[in-house]
Amino acid sequence: MSTATAQKKGFGATLWDYLTTVDHKKIAILYLVAGGIFFLAGGLEAMLIRIQLAVPDNDFVSAGLYNQLITMHGTTMIFLAAMPLIFALMNIAVPLQIGARDVAFPFLNSLGFWLFFFGGVLLNVSWFTGGAPDAGWTAYAPLSTTSPGHGVDYYVMGLQISGAGTLIGGINFLVTIVNMRAPGMTYMRMPLFTWTAFVTSVLILFAFPALTVGLFLMMFDRMFGANFFDPQMGGNHVIWEHLFWIFGHPEVYILVLPIFGLFSDIISTFSKKRLFGYSAMVFAVVLIGFLGFMVWAHHMFTTGLGPVANSIFAIATMAIAVPTGIKIFNWIFTMWGGSIRMTTPMLWTVAFIPSFTLGGFGGVMLAAAAADYQYHDTYFVVAHFHYVIVGGVVFGVFAGLHYWWPKFFGTMLSEKLGKLAFWPFFVGFHLTFFIQHFLGLMGMPRRYWKFLPNQDLDLGNLVSTIGAFLMAIGAVIFLINVIVTSVKGEKVSGDPWDGRTLEWSIPSPPPFYNFTQTPLVRGLDPLWIEKRQGNGKMTPAEPLGDIHMPNNSFIPFVMSLGLFIAGFGFIYQVDDKNWLIVGIAGMLITLGSMFVRSVKDDLGYHIHKEDLEKGAGSE
Amino acid sequence: MSSDQLQRLKPGQSPHEPEKATLEGKNKFLGFWFFLGGETVLFASLFGTYLALNGPESNTSGPGPAELFGLELVFIMTVILLTSSLTSVYAIYHMKNLDFGKMQLWLGITVALGLTFLGLEIYEFYEYIMHEEHTFTSDAFGSAFYALVGFHGGHVLFGLLWIVTLMVRNSKRGLNLYNAPKYYIASLYWHFIDVVWVFIFTVVYLMGKLGG
Repeated sequence: MSTATAQKKGFGATLWDYLTTVDHKKIAILYLVAGGIFFLAGGLEAMLIRIQLAVPDNDFVSAGLYNQLITMHGTTMIFLAAMPLIFALMNIAVPLQIGARDVAFPFLNSLGFWLFFFGGVLLNVSWFTGGAPDAGWTAYAPLSTTSPGHGVDYYVMGLQISGAGTLIGGINFLVTIVNMRAPGMTYMRMPLFTWTAFVTSVLILFAFPALTVGLFLMMFDRMFGANFFDPQMGGNHVIWEHLFWIFGHPEVYILVLPIFGLFSDIISTFSKKRLFGYSAMVFAVVLIGFLGFMVWAHHMFTTGLGPVANSIFAIATMAIAVPTGIKIFNWIFTMWGGSIRMTTPMLWTVAFIPSFTLGGFGGVMLAAAAADYQYHDTYFVVAHFHYVIVGGVVFGVFAGLHYWWPKFFGTMLSEKLGKLAFWPFFVGFHLTFFIQHFLGLMGMPRRYWKFLPNQDLDLGNLVSTIGAFLMAIGAVIFLINVIVTSVKGEKVSGDPWDGRTLEWSIPSPPPFYNFTQTPLVRGLDPLWIEKRQGNGKMTPAEPLGDIHMPNNSFIPFVMSLGLFIAGFGFIYQVDDKNWLIVGIAGMLITLGSMFVRSVKDDLGYHIHKEDLEKGAGSE
Repeated sequence: MSSDQLQRLKPGQSPHEPEKATLEGKNKFLGFWFFLGGETVLFASLFGTYLALNGPESNTSGPGPAELFGLELVFIMTVILLTSSLTSVYAIYHMKNLDFGKMQLWLGITVALGLTFLGLEIYEFYEYIMHEEHTFTSDAFGSAFYALVGFHGGHVLFGLLWIVTLMVRNSKRGLNLYNAPKYYIASLYWHFIDVVWVFIFTVVYLMGKLGG
């Protein structure tokens, strides 16, 4: 559990433990570490981009490398940093918030992580094998289908593997939330974070298969001679745009919805008030999730779908501003009259509201299809999506990590360093991206390697680069905070924030079976109800008894490793058909481990009542 | 609970729905339905791609749908696959009565029908490739056709491997609460494959014949 036990166990045993774990809290830590490393890689790529654009006509990186940097920055940040960090938060919090001992499918939880991880590693191997993908994170055909080298092949295989992991994770959370809630935890008593995790999982389930198909078609075109996107052979490259955005638009809601829920929980906790308009908030989340599937073509206004299609998608897009507005006002009304504590999570949350609203304004402007012809592919778009993704998701991840750090590691991140990290990041963020709106309106196109001097773009780009360095400083201070906190290792209580929901009713970090006895939920904010009307402790819903736990397994790792190996085989069989052997061998490893999983009984084990009474697992 | 799950269930015993008698079973049942929802989007995307690429402008070489498809073979394949869905229903009916032997028998018939279907599909593809110059790489129509129908064929193959694995693995120990959900979701998968085929038969073959 804690670092103390880990040290006692020795490094090898701990490593083996993490390679085979099916415990949602350890998988959350794996997601956090892997996502954090990819976040740093993506951040490094962003810094190189900003250095290149700091001054006009710069030759800091070559044009080809610049294309690789922008592609990998976007792809890494969306798929390998934001997604896993969201999954880290969902894994640590959702089972605890609904009073469950684990997720519905612990084995699949582990498989989902390892698939994501090997997919991400595969994508990044491309840096060392002759060049990363360079067709933009959207990989539009025919640019992507005609890109020389193997960069885009890595993009296709890496995202295919990690996408499968995400889909598995989504199904797992859906079943967990439907089937594993504690007695009394009705749908309308679930914390907002759990609600948003639920809606996000629905979006994952219905959005990711479109990407799967798009990537398959791209793979067939690039590696197996198919003609889906080649007009000369009767193909149509708009199909890729549709498939990509049918996935890609819901994807941004997949990222931001859990953050909405997290902020709702944080605002309610640190304002000491029940969330204002709980049912309206739930309704708004579901509506955003629904509308999120109706708007993908707003990324394609200039593709030439025609005025009718553009108008319909423009109106649908603007309609999303309504439920989002409901949420913004409800957050403000929750704070209004509350006794507010400006802790670090709350600071990120309060900063998020105006930042994200600005991003939303940009979104409504872009939704006006006629005006979008002016904004399309300019820095205005870059400014908009960084306002919603950084101002929403990244702020949210920082807030969530500070908030749930005790549940991850049993320690508290330093409040002082936390606030010290916040200010440079917050100021740097607005410095970097606010001015990009104007650069875009002045006509600076996105994805260009360099800009010319004396076109009124010099100052704006320099300011933007300075802002990026401030953000980097903020991120480094956060890292220092993590190190300092781990070295100090001061244990905290189960409820350091005076929380309202179930995760605060158990120790930090929780024992591996989470709840010794499943709690009985009497209403929304169950722990708060017990604090106000009861003895401050959850009433158990069952007598003390044996607890059934799943077995650890190494199979998820092997299964994902097989696909990782197969990925190389498929990429390089283009040059030499002998590589197909590697591809088939990899697939056989994966199918073989699926077979083993199928035929070997895995019944789990029991922690006995007597051991629980002696305090097993709780140290 | 755990090792009790391995106790052999015999006809006349309870529970009537062994696939949903345990929490694990309930989770599998629900999770698999969600998975099929995702699979629906996957096939919908493939159908969309096919519908965008089955016109004359995508058919730059080789015969078009109307000349290519022969409805006789496809009709026989459809009847075989639909029958296999019915036989898998019988298998699950016997599972609910906890009659393991009859369940295995009907699953065996299902597998035989599935294999026949797959054999006929391979024969169909072989004819197209060898005698009709309609291949995966000949034009966009070819790519879209093999992607959609081939994905379905791949699902049939996976389903067969899955059901056979289950039948062999449990042949000696019979039905219990641990493997009942596995049988049940395998049959759900089999029905799903059938439903997709009904759409392929309609959209690809019938509409292809008419469209010419």
